[in-house]
Parts: sequence; structure tokens; C-alpha cells
Amino acid sequence: MSETLTVPETVILEVFRYRPEVESEPTFDSFEVPFHPEWMILDALNYIKDDLDGSLSYRWACRMGVCGSCGMLANGQPVLTCATYLESLLPGPIRIEPLEGFPVIRDLVGDIGDFMNKLSDVKPWLIRDEEKPVEDGEYLQTPSQLADYKQYSMCINCMLCYSACPVYRLEPEFIGPAAIALAQRYNLDSRDEGAEERMDVLSQHDGIWGCTLVGECTEVCPKGVDPAGAIQRYKVSATMDYFKSLLMPRSSS
Amino acid sequence: MNPGYRLYYPRWYRKRVPIFWWLHKRSYAVFIARELTSVFVVYAVAVVVALVLTLNKGEPAWEAAMSRLSHPLVITAHVLVLFVILFHTITWLNLAPMAIVVKLGDRKVPPTAVLIGHYGAWFACSVVVAWLLLWR
Repeated sequence: MSETLTVPETVILEVFRYRPEVESEPTFDSFEVPFHPEWMILDALNYIKDDLDGSLSYRWACRMGVCGSCGMLANGQPVLTCATYLESLLPGPIRIEPLEGFPVIRDLVGDIGDFMNKLSDVKPWLIRDEEKPVEDGEYLQTPSQLADYKQYSMCINCMLCYSACPVYRLEPEFIGPAAIALAQRYNLDSRDEGAEERMDVLSQHDGIWGCTLVGECTEVCPKGVDPAGAIQRYKVSATMDYFKSLLMPRSSS
Repeated sequence: MNPGYRLYYPRWYRKRVPIFWWLHKRSYAVFIARELTSVFVVYAVAVVVALVLTLNKGEPAWEAAMSRLSHPLVITAHVLVLFVILFHTITWLNLAPMAIVVKLGDRKVPPTAVLIGHYGAWFACSVVVAWLLLWR
């Protein structure tokens, strides 16, 4: 048996197009792009924009998997296009669509305003009851305390988890995976004292209890954040707090 | 040209979620299967509760219930229900380490230990129930 390495010369990309001034329903345009084993999907999109059709709209910035702007669906799977090799989707055609769950403004660009509002709702910053004066020095933290939340701090707000979440697609009021994971990132931080404030938002129906644990958010996360785990841990601690307040109504916590 | 378009007025495209969205991906289908099988868990609990209530109604009622339950069709159905509930239990227990993160001092208990704990507890409960039913 002879091992043949078939490297194609070109690959077809079927790209979702929506130009509201031209069409009321989206269509797909096929583009033939040269295949290079080192190319990511984003390189192919940039080739299309530079050489084939300059009107193609999409978001990207860093090309190194940290800015979180280039999330799209590749063959139906939410991915960072700057971190997904064309090679992994051969032989093609490769279907590129905008992230699901967000209204499409144009081509591959979604309106992410809803996520931005939800993100600020969960107050993803350090909350202190009382700020320490600067002269008292920094808030110290042990490596073990850092390890408690470090995983959740890796979130780059790329919204792949929202696109993978059927709950968010069906009920857009749901706060969603990344926002809850980021709330948890601060709750588990030893320097933070804002867990109770965040609980007001997160313990509502559209908060943690909206999650039915499909688990796809964790599967698609390019940073290993595990939002599904963060939400389930939140549910456990919310339940414990409830029973604690039931058993010890006078303790203030 | 799209006649409905007005300059500077955005027209978003919103994709409809199809009713059978959960058939589009294997993980979605497994999730729906896990959720639907909880109906059978409710059924099993209802049967047990009904039996306990029957106990209170005297021996003839109990015998009648027993003969109903030993009908071949009922036994076949209950064997199927058992497998469905096993699927539910196993897929559910496998998710436990995601929700329960235990710290002993500075060290995190490994997720496999949490998993083993859950399966161990399940096994212990099953042994107790089996002992009550079969050997007493």
C-alpha cells in the first residue's frame, strides 16, 4: 500500500453573505482559495478580502487567539478562525457562518451588544466592602488562592460559548456561560467581597438557573475555561447558602 | 437591491432556531436523552410510592398489586425502564465532578475521587436495598 499525501492545491470556502442593502435573506458565496498547510481559516478569509471580494465583512484583530474577535462557525462548529487550521477541515467545501445566537449586522459580523450588557451586569471587577489605603500595600494572595480562579480568568470574551449554548439561542434573556464564568472568576478571588452583590443578578431565573447543563460551552471554549463547571458550582453554592439561611436565619451571610 | 432597506437603518438578520435543533449535534441529542429519561425516574418513584401506599390497604390489595406487577408485559416494560434509568443515573453521576469541587486544605481533591465517591455511594445504597429486599 502506498501512502499518498494528498495536499490539495485549493480549497472551497462557502461563506455566509448578508448585505441588507442588497438582499433581505442571507446567501452563501463560494470562493476558491489556495491551500497552504500553515493557513488558518482567518488567513483564507483575509485572502478573499484582499484578492477576491473586498466587500466581505468580518471581525478580527490579534491573529493569536487572545482578542476573541474572530469567532465564527466553521462547518457548524463555533471556533476561533485564527486558531483553526484549514487543514483540519479538509477536503471542503468549508462552510463559514457568523456565530449563532447573535443578530447578524452584515456577512459574518454579529451584534454583540447583548453580551456586552450582560457582562457588565455581573460586575466583573474586584468589589471591596472597604478599600485598603494605598500605604497598607497590596492585597496578598497565595498560589493556591490564585489557582482557585485562574482558570476562569482565561476567558477572552470570544462568545463561542454563547453560540454553542442552545438555552441562549432559545431564551436570549439567559445571562449565558461566559458572563457567569467571569462572575465566578471574581467570586472565587480571595481579594473580592462582591459575591452577594453578584448573587442578586445571578440567582434569578435568567441567571444560573437558566442553565440546563448541555455542556457544549465547555466543549467549544478555546481557553479551557469550563463555563459549564462554573455555573454548576455556582448552583451548588447558591443552594448551600439558601439552606444555611434557612437553618441559621440570624447569621448574616 | 433590497427595497426594504433604508440608509443608516440597520436591518439585522435573525436566524430561527428549528424545533429539532437538538438533532443537529450528537451532544445536544445526548443532553435531550438525559433530560427526557428523568420522566422514567419519576415513573419509578411513583411505582414505589404507590406500593408503599398499597401496603397500608391490607394483604388482598398487596397481593393484587403483586400479581399486576408480575405480568410478563409489565416485567418487560420495567426491565426497559431499568435500563433507561441506568442511562440517566450514569450520565448524571458523570457530571458530578463538574459541580462539586472539594478542597482539602490547599489541595484540590481530584475529580476522579469525587466520581468514585458518587459511584461508591450509589453502590452502597444499592447493596442496602438489595439486602432489605432479597436476604431479609
